[in-house]
Amino acid sequence: MGKLKILLNGIIKDNPTFVLVLGMCPTLATTTSAINGMGMGAATMAVLICSNMVISLLAPVIPDKVRIPCYIVVIAAFVTVVQFLIQGFAPALYDSLGLFIPLIVVNCIVLGRAEAFANKNSIIDSALDGLGIGLGFTIALTCIGLVRELLGNLSVFGNKLAETDGMLIFVLAPGAFIVLGYLMVLFNKLVKKNK
Amino acid sequence: MEFLLIIISAVLVNNVILSQFLGICPFLGVSKKVSTAVGMSLALVLVMGLATLVTYLIQYNVLINTWFGEKMDITFMQTIVFILVIAALVQMVEIILKKINPVLYQALGIFLPLITTNCAVLGASLTVVQKEFAFGGGEAHMFNLGESVVYAMSLAIGFGVAIVLFAGIREQMELSNVPKAFKGTPIALITAGLLALAFMGFQGIV
Amino acid sequence: MVLVLALVCLGASAAVVGVYTITKDPIDAAKAAKTNDAIKEVLPEFDNDPSQDVLEIEGNKVYVAKKGEDIVGYAIESTTKKGFGGPFTIMVGITPDAKIYNTSVISHSETPGLGAKITEKESQFIQQWKGLAFADGSTNITVKKDGGDIDAITASTISSRAFCDAIQIAVDTFGKIPVAQPATECLEGVAADNAQEE
Repeated sequence: MGKLKILLNGIIKDNPTFVLVLGMCPTLATTTSAINGMGMGAATMAVLICSNMVISLLAPVIPDKVRIPCYIVVIAAFVTVVQFLIQGFAPALYDSLGLFIPLIVVNCIVLGRAEAFANKNSIIDSALDGLGIGLGFTIALTCIGLVRELLGNLSVFGNKLAETDGMLIFVLAPGAFIVLGYLMVLFNKLVKKNK
Repeated sequence: MEFLLIIISAVLVNNVILSQFLGICPFLGVSKKVSTAVGMSLALVLVMGLATLVTYLIQYNVLINTWFGEKMDITFMQTIVFILVIAALVQMVEIILKKINPVLYQALGIFLPLITTNCAVLGASLTVVQKEFAFGGGEAHMFNLGESVVYAMSLAIGFGVAIVLFAGIREQMELSNVPKAFKGTPIALITAGLLALAFMGFQGIV
Repeated sequence: MVLVLALVCLGASAAVVGVYTITKDPIDAAKAAKTNDAIKEVLPEFDNDPSQDVLEIEGNKVYVAKKGEDIVGYAIESTTKKGFGGPFTIMVGITPDAKIYNTSVISHSETPGLGAKITEKESQFIQQWKGLAFADGSTNITVKKDGGDIDAITASTISSRAFCDAIQIAVDTFGKIPVAQPATECLEGVAADNAQEE
């Protein structure tokens, strides 16, 4: 597999949000604004790249039977590290993502990529796969955040476009489900047409 | 009274799926049939109650405790410790259930491995030791052991309520004519959105 | 098998402990900066370090800001339990002449787009607190719906009520600050000033 193909694979063909439908909890919960969605995507991407690399290194020495617990420990360690970094250097982001930073541990994307890709590929390929999937996730989250912020708050990346209120429902819980549903429809239409 | 408020709040007002966005994956994954949805929810009530009990005890007796004559606070290891404990606990429940009650195991067993990666379990364990709660104008306080377990189990019941309702709607939807691009997850998400809209009506009662 | 698992756990724990020790200082600094920023925002200019000059009055923290020897104001951290989404905490700056200088939200869990408007600094709701005098009892710190003098945020009466509650707690705390006794003396002074202007 070409290096570029691994990278693009994660963004379009295996897009974690629109195609694989994994990691839905942070996708819905943290996308009240484009910035929050981007922050969550970046945090997940950092964990994905690091854990993919370490797991591809460790895979040959880990016995098959204890592989899942080992992966979880590695992932949990990186999540905690990322949590400290965000808390120390981006406290505002830490406040708005809250509980969903430690919950990256149980994001099925991370464990899924460890199991499906990292444990049988080289360290560079694994890093690229992490980057690709991470980018796909970040792009999806930013898009959802952008749409919800625009419709719900009439602002783009925190810049107010008009002084009036938007359709509040899009910032609240139901809006998350509905926006994601319609974006998925759009993605289906566009990608399937290209095939 | 306090317990009643906790239960109502966790089941309806702050529904784990429809307002807190925890446990969405199994919500979308195992909600095609009402019967499997019920099985999943029952297994989750059991695991969430147990997991919160154990992690609560670990938080206050192991992570914050006096070790080697020195007061230590190693709560920064929370994430790693809790997820390992939950994973081990789920395995244990599976093994024990298999031995002592094969019938129940038949009903719930297949859902147990899936529960480890249900973020509602870790989410509930972490919130009860991190956040202060206040109900009905009472004093804001950290939950004690009893309240924590009741809260976690109520969350799981809320999960059950949402997923069973949702599965009922999806069974009906099988029969209706959905546009091609909407088939599968998209229409499920939009339905969930409408359900969440309905649940918003509960806000403000506690 | 067990050995490998143990080694992986050990390595992971070591890594976490390492990063924890490195990031501990920035995290503490970030937390302190949050309080300090809030104090700076709600009080007039000062040159001491209020985070080192804290009074505890009935569980509420009062930060004393001074310029030289003169007290320029008190920043009172006040938590209300009556928020819509749970308890929330605000910082209220009160000058010695018993006027609210400014307010700032420290943490909250109100509904985004509705109650969360309490964080919008330019909104009319937040602006109306500035310079509000309360000591002479002329201001009723409740929303107009409850017969008070405060304009609530549209569609967020509960959050607005809770905000008033937090302000009331801060005001009560201010009344209990021991040494200062500024409320009456300065108020008379202010009244005198006003009389002269008229």
